[in-house]
Amino acid sequence: MAFRLESRIPSGPLEQKWENAKRDMKLVSPANRRKYSILVVGSGLAGASAAATLGELGYNVKCFCYQDSPRRAHSIAAQGGINAAKNYQNDGDSVYRLFYDTIKGGDFRAREANVYRLAEVSVNIIDQCVAQGVPFAREYGGTLANRSFGGAQVSRTFYARGQTGQQLLLGAYQALQRQVDAGRVKMFARHEMLDLVVVDGRARGIVTRNLVTGAIDCHVADAVILATGGYGNVFYLSTNAKGCNATAIWRAYKRGAGFGNPCFTQIHPTCIPQSGDYQSKLTLMSESLRNDGRIWVPKKKGDTRHPNDIPEEERDYYLERMYPAYGNLCPRDIASRAAKVMCDQGYGVGPGGRGVYLDFREAIQRLGRNTIEERYGNLFEMYERITGEDPYTVPMRIYPAVHYTMGGLWVDYHLMSTIPGLFVLGEANFSDHGANRLGASALMQGLADGYFIIPYTMGHFLAQVKPGGLDESHPEFRAARQAVEERTKKLLSIRGKKTVDDFHRELGRIMWEYCGMARNASGLKHALQRIPELREEFWQNVNVPGSGDEMNQSLEKAGRVADFLELGELMCLDALEREESCGGHFREEHQTEDGEAKRDDERFCHVAVWEFAGEGKPPVRNVEPLNFEFVHLAQRSYK
Amino acid sequence: MKIILNIWRQKNASSPGRMVRYELDNVNEHMSFLEMLDVLNEELTRKGEDPVAFEHDCREGICGCCGFMINGIPHGPERGTTVCQLHMRHFQDGDELWLEPFRAKAFPIIKDLMVDRSAFDRIISAGGYISINTGSAPEANSIPVKKQCADRAMDAAACIGCGACVAACPNASASLFVSAKIAHLGLLPQGEPERDRRALRMVLKMTEEGFGYCTNTGECEAICPKGVKIENIAMMHRDFTRAVALFREEAKVGGTG
Repeated sequence: MAFRLESRIPSGPLEQKWENAKRDMKLVSPANRRKYSILVVGSGLAGASAAATLGELGYNVKCFCYQDSPRRAHSIAAQGGINAAKNYQNDGDSVYRLFYDTIKGGDFRAREANVYRLAEVSVNIIDQCVAQGVPFAREYGGTLANRSFGGAQVSRTFYARGQTGQQLLLGAYQALQRQVDAGRVKMFARHEMLDLVVVDGRARGIVTRNLVTGAIDCHVADAVILATGGYGNVFYLSTNAKGCNATAIWRAYKRGAGFGNPCFTQIHPTCIPQSGDYQSKLTLMSESLRNDGRIWVPKKKGDTRHPNDIPEEERDYYLERMYPAYGNLCPRDIASRAAKVMCDQGYGVGPGGRGVYLDFREAIQRLGRNTIEERYGNLFEMYERITGEDPYTVPMRIYPAVHYTMGGLWVDYHLMSTIPGLFVLGEANFSDHGANRLGASALMQGLADGYFIIPYTMGHFLAQVKPGGLDESHPEFRAARQAVEERTKKLLSIRGKKTVDDFHRELGRIMWEYCGMARNASGLKHALQRIPELREEFWQNVNVPGSGDEMNQSLEKAGRVADFLELGELMCLDALEREESCGGHFREEHQTEDGEAKRDDERFCHVAVWEFAGEGKPPVRNVEPLNFEFVHLAQRSYK
Repeated sequence: MKIILNIWRQKNASSPGRMVRYELDNVNEHMSFLEMLDVLNEELTRKGEDPVAFEHDCREGICGCCGFMINGIPHGPERGTTVCQLHMRHFQDGDELWLEPFRAKAFPIIKDLMVDRSAFDRIISAGGYISINTGSAPEANSIPVKKQCADRAMDAAACIGCGACVAACPNASASLFVSAKIAHLGLLPQGEPERDRRALRMVLKMTEEGFGYCTNTGECEAICPKGVKIENIAMMHRDFTRAVALFREEAKVGGTG
């Protein structure tokens, strides 16, 4: 059975599509809203903003997160900023330009209508956040300050020091807690969603595990929202928080939600290089550093001199050389790949030659140490804390690391998945960023989805269904609950010889090697053989100590890794089938003469939407064609 | 290098706990403290023992999940550092360390080094926000904000809600945490209309949750990994006092100490 992929893109000119859609949407009257219940899984920017806003509207909302508090969701770690087409700087920005930059940055693999809407509501986000008390950086005159970010030639990024994600999340969290106080949102912290329940073809609830007591519970509702973030932790080492996982979206996929472009992952160019085998995660250094930092490697291969002893004429500022128009501010995928190429050719620095310099010497000379400290102080401190080196006097060493996943559950223009009643917001969905996300756009998308899109599209959906009419004694709920309990029991009964982390690390190595910054058919085929073997071994030989009816962090990890072991395979399959290079998906067989990504618009100007076909059966690849009515497909050039 | 760890092990809230000694050889100086615990947990798992439960997530010092006592100091000996960002290069070969959970009446123990800090969420719920529904915000630049105010608000807003201030305080007061939110929102024109009510409700909630009063010891500021300043507590006292005069009925119980 193939999906019917109706994107529900409204008619009319680009600038009027969202207006037209809103005009045509059905409404639920204020008196009826409290009869409807909505589950929101995840409490990051998308989840918290959605839960708060739906609560304000008067719906009954339950919100779930695995952390001990909704304030800790990983949106909190976003550093650099949030884009909005305010044109406060009078430098030529507009909704259209933000739209175009985002489409182009994504290498023409996103829907025009979605991206335009995103750019349109970006301005409302800033208004909303300022009103909530988000302490954005300001000029002496009292107006909001901006900085520039990769892939743009205007300054449209709003920021709160290097902690923009934290401040935006606290704004959304406070709005959420206000609704908790008002009794409109019930918060379930330390709860993990372990399955989705579909009744008569509609998403009607979830099964959760209470991470403190181990209790497995069912929650029934009229609609379910997944805002559970990305799946970068498939790679084991990434900039994601340790708990970030794909279980919610993967369970939904196995219940019939299409998975869009799983191979589209973003490798962020500026992260602190790995220092040893014990490494548990990688730390990002904000892209905003590329505003003032200059990236270089020594011109001589294997140069072991101290960076400060290498004279100017013996340094290769390779991004400025290769991309003179954008220089150090070229998009992330391009900067990452360039770093990899330089290191592969033997110019890398630091242990194993896996690093390049990010140097602030010139900026400090030009602007003074105080200005640099004001702009990036907390990032410099973080770098020094981790590496023990002072970036004010010695250039930072950086290397690319897995950061964000553009792929995710397929959604239509209403952010609804292929399962009616299941909505997917933020990084968890596939939309808006195409094959590469521009910096400062993730925060924008999460909040756009939660504050300004879902309140309309959810109402439209609910207005067409009757509230309630179901409880957890329904056979589908009982079956889902039983499946969760059996899986937990199975994981605890294996008592093998290897730890969960052993398997996760091994999966990460395979993914990084064959499905990382550069991919090719033979490597992907090898990975597609290795991953099922590893998965089989996992289910034979993993050791999960403890029991299911208590706080058990090993069990939590085991469930997540079991899902990664399936998702990783789908990512490789998608990467193999997409025989072109675009954005973060670089197939070595498809590159231009000067090593840039070479798209194949004839064959691949579409979204690949994968459909689960049953255990042990190959998934089905469906296609949603991307029609570009308003922009010209062009080869990306940042030269 | 070699590190000796004495770790508080407690199965759950209702079981008694005890210190258990572990010896770790081959600790690498570039490891983070939590990576060292990962190594210990891998060893324990291989031996079929229960790994040590500790809270952590972002491991970048921003989510506020992590935190326990190392030799009696929340987040350990390095100033301005969460335990996830604390690296082993700050310790000596042969060091013996005592790891305990944050202790406070309002932070009941869940397991080993994990405590329940949900009281913080309830305090925020009581008023740590600006009441503005989505969609009703005015144009962002229509209200100018003094740069100094925005910067000071940001200093206070940098709080990560880890609870180290409570653990360090001899009274287990949450005053630094509460005052950071009161100052953050109170310094901005957007937060002004609810300033008194916010201070009143948050302070009363703090007392109700079982946190102690502030007696100006200053331990909280000294250990705060984000450098949140005790001057916020002065602001809280002032706002609370003013609020008590305005809202006599609501203010019958409690105080800031």
